[in-house]
Amino acid sequence: MNKIISKEYFSKSVVKFEVEAPLIAKARKAGHFVIVRVGRRGERIPLTIADANPQKGTITLVVQQTGVSSAKLCALNEGDRITDLVGPLGKATHIEYVGTVVCACGGVGTAPMLPIVAALKAAGNSVITVLAARTKQLIILEEQMRLHSDEVVVMTDDGSYGHRGLVTDGIEMLIRRAKIDLCVTIGPAVMMKFVSLLTKQHHIPTIASLNTIMVDGTGMCGACRVSVGGQTKFVCVDGPEFDAHEVDFDEMLMRLGGYRQLEQDAMMKYPIVEHNEGSY
Amino acid sequence: MNHSEERAQAWRLALREALKAKERSAIPRVRMPELAPDYRSHNKEEVNLGLSVEQATKEAQRCLDCAHPSCMDGCPVGIHIPKFIKQIEKGDYLSAAKTLKATSALPAVCGRVCPQEKQCEARCIHLKMKKEAVAIGYLERFAADYERESGNISLPDIAPSNGTKIAVVGSGPAGLSFAGEMAKRGYRVTVFEALHEIGGVLKYGIPEFRLPNSIVDIEIDNLRAIGVEFINNCIVGKTITIDDLKEDGYKGIFVGSGAGLPRFMNIKGENLVGVMSANEYLTRVNLMDAAADDSDTPVLRGKNVAIIGGGNTAMDSVRTAKRLGAERAMIVYRRSEEEMPARLEEVKHAKEEGIEFMTLRNPVEYRGNESGRVTQMLLQVMVLGEPDRSGRRSPVPLEGKTEWIDVDEVIVSVGVSPNPLVPQSIQGLEVSKWGTVVVHQETMQSAVPMIFAGGDIVRGGATVILAMGDGRKAARAMDEWLCE
Repeated sequence: MNKIISKEYFSKSVVKFEVEAPLIAKARKAGHFVIVRVGRRGERIPLTIADANPQKGTITLVVQQTGVSSAKLCALNEGDRITDLVGPLGKATHIEYVGTVVCACGGVGTAPMLPIVAALKAAGNSVITVLAARTKQLIILEEQMRLHSDEVVVMTDDGSYGHRGLVTDGIEMLIRRAKIDLCVTIGPAVMMKFVSLLTKQHHIPTIASLNTIMVDGTGMCGACRVSVGGQTKFVCVDGPEFDAHEVDFDEMLMRLGGYRQLEQDAMMKYPIVEHNEGSY
Repeated sequence: MNHSEERAQAWRLALREALKAKERSAIPRVRMPELAPDYRSHNKEEVNLGLSVEQATKEAQRCLDCAHPSCMDGCPVGIHIPKFIKQIEKGDYLSAAKTLKATSALPAVCGRVCPQEKQCEARCIHLKMKKEAVAIGYLERFAADYERESGNISLPDIAPSNGTKIAVVGSGPAGLSFAGEMAKRGYRVTVFEALHEIGGVLKYGIPEFRLPNSIVDIEIDNLRAIGVEFINNCIVGKTITIDDLKEDGYKGIFVGSGAGLPRFMNIKGENLVGVMSANEYLTRVNLMDAAADDSDTPVLRGKNVAIIGGGNTAMDSVRTAKRLGAERAMIVYRRSEEEMPARLEEVKHAKEEGIEFMTLRNPVEYRGNESGRVTQMLLQVMVLGEPDRSGRRSPVPLEGKTEWIDVDEVIVSVGVSPNPLVPQSIQGLEVSKWGTVVVHQETMQSAVPMIFAGGDIVRGGATVILAMGDGRKAARAMDEWLCE
């Protein structure tokens, strides 16, 4: 169990793993996440499941190297085993036919968006996917997204690929063009905040998938709590998806920063090796 | 053998005649040897050191070996208390351990964390004579530790295997107790645990200085030795379903998934950085060993740490904070010390370690700095009013009396709710409005006949020993139900 079947670099710091996890592969639905731990002294970290193959008994995880724990995970190779892997956790995405859906994702938020795009398309929706990143090299999964989307709009901050601009610029362009019935957004908290502000102005119902700090991931610790509509919710058991217009993103951003100093101290002790071979 | 037959055995008679009841009750109660407060408050070494052979023998002599031992009525798992104490008095410590294990799956754990003063010891005959109760808990720990340290760990008698597969959801005290009882009856038991470690609250909740993890691991190994299988990282209802278990041939399921969900007070500023549940704090420090240099899990180390609540978890948290370097570690409790639900021993230990007790105070607001870290708490001064339904005098705010206190970390320990993960994922279970699984009081059987439940998922938040008692009751009832 938990054996890494394949490893692929999407970019210098973003890795795709296919991991043997037959039970999770069978049970998971779009929107679910897992908790992983690397090494006996490792930390438990949540990762949204990007894809699964129940026949093969594998799940796909896309990991961005941001701290010690994700770096240790990214350092694993084909054939290695992830010490601990548990899931599927959280509530699955509510999939139904609504009409036209914009799926707006940025960075590694693209990976967990893929199964949602596929499921929304399968439910008969017209799906427009907005892929955003700082620069061309960081745009991932474009081909797979095109496979399941009616249209893919690529946005880069530096204009090196697709349109120049932020994810919100892409959404605005789509809003001007046609009626949008639902927006789903996954990415860095600050990105989701601005997507939410934009769609709120235009009265477009919006779902955001939140990635907060967790310890157990099963409702036990409350580290992941967020304010949604003035009420405290646990991302691990009440989420990870919420009505974006009700989420207090400022509070979420503040809480995400809670361990930043400790994380930076830890990084000083753990050398991060970026993958530099060839092109991506 | 029943109690009176046991008691009539020659060796018991001889012991009773060896010393008069008056002489026995004249012996003062033993004091538990413990580490000095200024030493122990900076490390995670176990505070209580355990009795020596001499101390244990002397304490065992205090027990009058009553004809009607009311202490046993106070024990949720019905340990044969006079029998094991007299075995200690006789010097037969290994037999004493065996007596404990006949009814308790985790004697070394219970000897450390059970609130004996409210259970067995509260019924001790000595109390009626205005003397201190026999230290049953200390003796229980002594016998269990003696056996473990001797290396001669005995296994309970096991019935021949009947091949019937039983699943247990959760490896905390309820699940472990149930698993042990069923294994003894010859069932093939598999325990499914959501976390990466086996032991539930015994591992993530109770700190090392009160219950070392190595002690828990040995009790778990004892269960393995009698055939119990453990599977970690597996959530029944999520990773596998009840239907999967049925298809796999499991005939009975026991749910002991615990009271995972921490409660908050819903006051202003409670989501500031540095405000967290006791579950989070203790899980980081206990399960993840976050205070150790080589652990990847971080933990905040506040200088002024307030713990909100007056239960055992609050005491565990505040003493942990002290050990992690807090200059001021405070208990903030809305009632007076008299109403505190924590064990007296924990309160005593906390005070010795320099913990401040701010009683009749209730937080009403937290303030933070520009980066969102908590910096102050506003405490409302309380007075005790009329007794509430629990019989305790309920606290009421003293109008206009508030104070701001500097804090950089706040641990909220005001109780837990049942973990919704499992009840939500199993169809047909009857769940109360508090989220607990509804079961038959005597049999612990749920609305789904093959599913039994016990511990905090049924009680909502109780003790290790009550959970173990539930596991034991459920095992007896499930065995009968399966034999029907």
